[in-house]
Order: sequence, then C-alpha cells, then structure tokens
Amino acid sequence: MWQYVGRRLLLAIPTLLGASIIVFAMVHLAPGDPIAAVMPADASGADIEATKKAYGFDKPLPVQYVVWLGKVVQGDLGRSIATRRAVILDVRDALINSLVLAVSSSVLAFGVGIALGLLAAFRQGKALDKLASGIAVIGVSVPHYWAGIILIIVFSVQLNWLPAMGAASDGGVIEYLRHMVLPTVALALIPLGVITRVVRSAALDILAQEFVLALRAKGLFDRRVFLHVVKNAAPQIFTVLGLQFGFQLGGSVLVEAVFSWPGTGYLLNLAIFQRDIPVLQGVILVLAAFFVLLNLLVDVLQTLVDPRIARH
Amino acid sequence: MTRIVVSIVSLVVALALASPAAAQGTLRIGMTASDIPYTGGQTDNGFEGFRFVGYQIYEPLIAWDLTRGDRLAPLVPGLAESWEVRKDQPTKWVFKLRKGVKFHDGSPFNADAVVFTYESIKKKDAAHFDTYGSAQVTFRLASLTGIKKIDEHTVEFETNKPTSFVPYQLCYMLVVSPAQWQKFKDWRKFAEQPSGTGPFKVTRLVPRERLELEANKTYWDAKRRPKVDKLVLLPLPEPTTRLAALRSGQVDWIEVPPPDSIPQLKGAGFQLVMNSYPHNWTHTLRLDKEPWNNKLVRKAANYAIDRVGICKNLLNDTCIPATGIAYKGHPWFGKPKETYAYNPAKAKALLKQAGFDGTKRPAKAVHLISTSGSGQMLPLAMNELIQKNLKDVGIDVDLQPVEWNTLLTRWRAGFKTADNEGLNAWNISWNFLEPWSGFGRFFHSKSVVPVSVNTMPYLNPEADKLIDEAERTFDIARQNEVLAKLHEILVDDAPWIFVVHDLNPRALSAKVKGFVQPQSWFVDLTSASVTR
Repeated sequence: MWQYVGRRLLLAIPTLLGASIIVFAMVHLAPGDPIAAVMPADASGADIEATKKAYGFDKPLPVQYVVWLGKVVQGDLGRSIATRRAVILDVRDALINSLVLAVSSSVLAFGVGIALGLLAAFRQGKALDKLASGIAVIGVSVPHYWAGIILIIVFSVQLNWLPAMGAASDGGVIEYLRHMVLPTVALALIPLGVITRVVRSAALDILAQEFVLALRAKGLFDRRVFLHVVKNAAPQIFTVLGLQFGFQLGGSVLVEAVFSWPGTGYLLNLAIFQRDIPVLQGVILVLAAFFVLLNLLVDVLQTLVDPRIARH
Repeated sequence: MTRIVVSIVSLVVALALASPAAAQGTLRIGMTASDIPYTGGQTDNGFEGFRFVGYQIYEPLIAWDLTRGDRLAPLVPGLAESWEVRKDQPTKWVFKLRKGVKFHDGSPFNADAVVFTYESIKKKDAAHFDTYGSAQVTFRLASLTGIKKIDEHTVEFETNKPTSFVPYQLCYMLVVSPAQWQKFKDWRKFAEQPSGTGPFKVTRLVPRERLELEANKTYWDAKRRPKVDKLVLLPLPEPTTRLAALRSGQVDWIEVPPPDSIPQLKGAGFQLVMNSYPHNWTHTLRLDKEPWNNKLVRKAANYAIDRVGICKNLLNDTCIPATGIAYKGHPWFGKPKETYAYNPAKAKALLKQAGFDGTKRPAKAVHLISTSGSGQMLPLAMNELIQKNLKDVGIDVDLQPVEWNTLLTRWRAGFKTADNEGLNAWNISWNFLEPWSGFGRFFHSKSVVPVSVNTMPYLNPEADKLIDEAERTFDIARQNEVLAKLHEILVDDAPWIFVVHDLNPRALSAKVKGFVQPQSWFVDLTSASVTR
C-alpha cells in the first residue's frame, strides 16, 4: 500500500514538471506582454525596455524558465507584477476561497446528485426517473455562468435577498455565508447533472447483475439490496466524485468571474488579462499539483473500498 | 426529511434577512479596473488609477480643479501655492510650497518630500527608487531633468529645454511621505500602509478585492474635507457584475454602466451622470500604405460614418460625435474647414476622385480592433456599424478583433513588424488631457515608434512647428490658439477616422448627493455624501 502511494508520488514529479513547462510555454507564447499590461501604453520605448530588464523579461525564455523553476523548488513562486505581493500568498488566499466554494458546491451536488441517481435507478422508467434524468440533463447543459447571471437577476436584483458579488471578507460568518449561496448553487449545477447520471447508470448496471437477483431470491428486503448496490457502485462513483471535486477547484473561472468571488478561478482570469505571468504560473502549478494529489487520494480510497483493485 | 427541509428553509430565510447595514456616510464605488490600482504613490491602471486612488490619497504640486462641471477642468495650485519660470533662465521653475500641510502619518509636507518623491521616480540609483511606480509615470515627466531644494518651502525644477508644458507634467507627480517610507524602506510595504496628503487615507487594503479609505478630517483645504466618513473601492471589471452590484445595493456608484442598461437604471430611480471630457474613440490610420495614404480616401471615410446613429442607437446617448481630436467648445477645437457630418454621397465622390470606384475597385483595409478594454466602449458593435458605413460608400474593411492587451502590445510595436505588416489601422481610444497626450505623442515627427507612439507615422513639418511653438508659449491663452491652429490642420489631414467622444457615464444610487461630474477624467469625491 505505502509502496504504491510512494510510487505514485514519485510519478507526480515528472507530471508536474511537464505541466510547468507547458504552462510556461503557453503563457509566454500567447500574444500580449506582461509589461504592456502594467505600464501605461504610451510610455516611451526606452522606459518599457528598462522595466522589462528590471523584471527579467528581457532574458531568453529557457533562462527565465530555469530561474523560475529554481525558485519554485525552494518554495518561492515569485511576486505578482501587478500587486507585488508574493504569489504564494495570493494563491493561498484564493485557494481558501475556492476550496470553500468547491466543498459547499460539492456537498450540494454530491448529496442531491447521489440521491437523485439512486432514486432514478430504483424507479427506472417511472415519473421520478424521468424527473431526475431531466434535472441531470439541465444540470449538464445549462452554462453555469449563465445560470449564475440568472440567479443574480432573480435573487439579488429583483428579490434583493442575497448579495450579487464578492466574498465579504470583512463581514463575519453570516455575511460570508450569504455571499456563498448563489455561487455555490451555480457551481453545483454541472456536477449535480453528471453525478446523477453516473450514479443512475452505475446503479442500474449492478441492479441488472445476477447477484442482485440472488439477494432478492434469498428474501432480502429492498433496503438491504440497496446497501449492496451502493457498496458495489461505490468505486465507480468515487472516481467521478474525485474528478468532479477537482473540476470544482479549477473549473470555476467563469462562475467566480461572474460573482467576483476571489478564488483561484478569479485570480487566474485576472492574471490572464493582466498578463501577470508569475501569478498565472503559480496558480496553474498549484492547481495541477492539487489534481495530481486528488487523483492519488481517489485511487487510494478506491483500493480501500474495493480490495480487488489493489490486487491488480 | 421534513426536519431537514425546515432547517434548510429557515437557514435560507435567516441568511436573506440578515442584510448588512452600511455604515453611515460610506460611499462604495464599483470601478472598471480589474485590480486595486497601485497605492504606493505613482499609481497604475491608467487614469482610473489616478481618479480613485492617486488623487484621493495623494496630491500633486499642481492639481486639477474638479469642483465644477460647466467648464473644462483647469489646473490650479495643489501642494504648491505658486510657481514661476525664472526670467533669466527659462529652464528653471521655482515652486513655493504650501505651508502647514501634513501627511497622513503626521509628518510635515515640505521641500524634502518633493525632492524625495522626484528621486523615487527619476533617480535610478537612489535607495528609495520605486521601479514599478517610476515606470508608471516617468514618461509623463519627460522634460524634467533635476530638482533642487532652495529652502524648507521652496524647490526648483530644471527642464531639458524651455517648455511651458511643465505644469501639465507635474500634475501627475504624486507626493509621498518620506517619513512613512523610512519606516519600511520598501515600496511594497509602503503601498500597504500608504501616506499622502490627500482628502482620503487608506485604512485597509485587500489585494484584488477592496480598498477602504476614511476621510482625512484634518485635510488642509477646509472646503474640500470629505462629506462621507468612508470610501470603499471595489474592482468590478465585469459589466454585468458591476450592474448587479449597483442594483442589489452592494455599491452606491458604478463606472460605465452597460449602455443598454441605462433606460432600466433610470426607470429604477438611479442617477445617470455624464459630461464631455477629453476622450476620443478613433481609428488610427496607417499613412504610408494604400488606401489610407491618400487624404481623399481618409476624408471619404470620415464623411461615411453615421456618428449620430452610433451614439443614439447603439450607445444610448452616452457619447457625442467626434469630428476632430477635440470636440466643439474645447479651447483647442478652432475652426476646422471640414465638418464631417454624415454624408455618404460626398464620401463616394471623394473616393471616386481618389481613383477608387466602389465595386470595380473598392478600397480595402484591415483594421485591428479589441474585444473590450479600458475606454473602448462597445468596440465590437461600434466597429460593425462603422464597417457597414464604410462598405456603403465602397471601402471594404476587414475587422480583426483581438484581446485588449494584445492590441496594446501590437500597437506599441508599430505597423512595421511581421505581425502588423498586413494592417492598415488600429482602433484605440485616447485622452487629450494635455498638449502632449493630445498632440505631441501622436503627431510630432520626433514621436515616431519606438520613441513614442506616432505609429501612422504622421510626418508634417508644419505640425512639428506648431507643437514646438505651443511648447515654447508660456501664455496659456496664446498656447491654446496655437494648438487650435494645429487642430484645424489635423482635422483637414484626417490621419484618423474620428468617431465619437465618450461622455464618461456613471450610475449613482439615489442616495448619493452632491457629486458634480467635471469635464475631466478625474473626479472630486469630497463633495459627495450618502444618505441612509
């Protein structure tokens, strides 16, 4: 077991290195210029060159990469060009905000999605199944940023119940919770749809297997059968939950932008438009590391739940 | 199950009812900037940075009078009480500084503070040189070459040549507190706890989220002590988010409401304030290549644009037609021969005269435009209308939309790069706040890329002469006359397609009282109050 985890952790290093090279290359090859973003556009050519030099952007790309990597290895992600804060602080603050939303929206989506999926499977073909499938289709089809805008229009602008934007970093717990509601709902939509569908089909697969028939023949009640089905479907569901949670962390750029929620997605969006390269690289690297760790965690959980996997 | 439903419902209701009560006299502003402008003195984020951060925390020696809306905002004494050019040496400017002014940290404002600030921008080897801040402003102080403290309340600036533009440069130099800097010896830390002499002082900075300021109760100009207790600035770059924040009562003031939201906002009781100010939205043409190398074609394009239609139908009257760099009524407007009223027939005739004949030989051009951007208004919709207007008279324009930062980077490099070789124009909006921004950087032959941003390039000895003459003319009224003459020539040469002047729309809650929208890029926030 530990050997397996250790091997996977070692494998994470080349993965992250590869991710960092791709990130670095893409950020630098994209049109636009970090200095153009922070300097007035009509600054003189000489001033622009001087500033580039001061920030090290005049060096060849491979040199810049090695310098950057050398610092990253020591835990220094550099400083934001726009705010001059240490990137690690920016990323930390944003990550906390995103984690909060990822957890709240995952709890909502997983809870409702698993319940709907199982109900739909056990009532296959009935009205409840159709309703659940309908909700699932809407969840995966409606763009979540659009849903976010609609939520704002209804609950903030028209009804004036909930705030439209921001994270109320100063207003206490109640304020923070109030600010969380709408982005949480908007973010939960897609995973809700995906999970409902996956759970439904996983449960249906298992229900169709002979052992279920055998259980029923043995005279087990529905509730006991249900537990067996859930246990057997769990590994597959875990994989999806893990991935969805990962997406919740990194995939909220649009929702966070719509709600001005100061998480990693919002930070990423800002950094892209400001060409704040150190921030961009830092955020993506940290998110990539998160994905790698999350996948590892899911795999470990899977082996714990289903010992057959460990034997392979 | 029922219990769960009940508790969820009661939680939602509790959250909904727990509305926050804003502190009395708090003005909350949703900016278009994507970030809190730099608070360490020489601010960033262009003029929006000066508007909300620079000029609220800090002050220049020479300031803009933003208290009135019925005239172009003039320059007035700021931290300097008076100034004059030495009669015997016209490259030396003596400034008498205001006495009794204190920085937010309590230290006195004096000649040392001015010297310190100047060195933080210009003296690269000084311990207190601010690399980032300097990059923001040093090019605006291009003529200044040195500073000398004469006594506690007098300084002398030296310039590289006799130039009357010095006040137009020093209005951008924001004086910082040397005592506060000494506490940290680090500009980043200074920016977290900044200290200036302005009407507002920073109380809290949450990077990328909010900047909180409080009224400077001991501000030296008693007439301009803020009416509000607190000022909160929020960067809200998404127009829909900004609008929702205003409509849901999370902010009291937003910059640039989307034009199509204006009727709704008015209907819902919000105030919409607008005023003309030195902004122009144009296509800067490439003058060394067909078709825009031909003055007749350029004039034809200017006659082909339905500016009134753009402002009325597309922008809900948040702009006025532009028929030059400046607008009618501006001291630099003069009396141009060409009026560029919408006249497609005249445009076609001019094109024919230039040898382009509609369908048989259309004039073709590729224009680089942005998808959004500061001051760009509604670039896609506006450009599609312009494209149609030009097509109607026989000019085929291919629009190439790129992201704002990309446009700026490519524009700054000029037309003669591999990327830009195929282009004939770019669509960027400008300010013409002072003679350099309005004319010098674009139309002087010495400003050709990469020195500055004459990208076209516009090369006209007559224009050079007039720009130089304006710079040598120390009497402002006389200087304005020279610039008006230059403006007449430029309107006739039409190196740009003049389109519109923005009116700087902002939407305010009905609770905001007393704000005057000046004819400027900047605002005086001290007169505004917020009622409960």
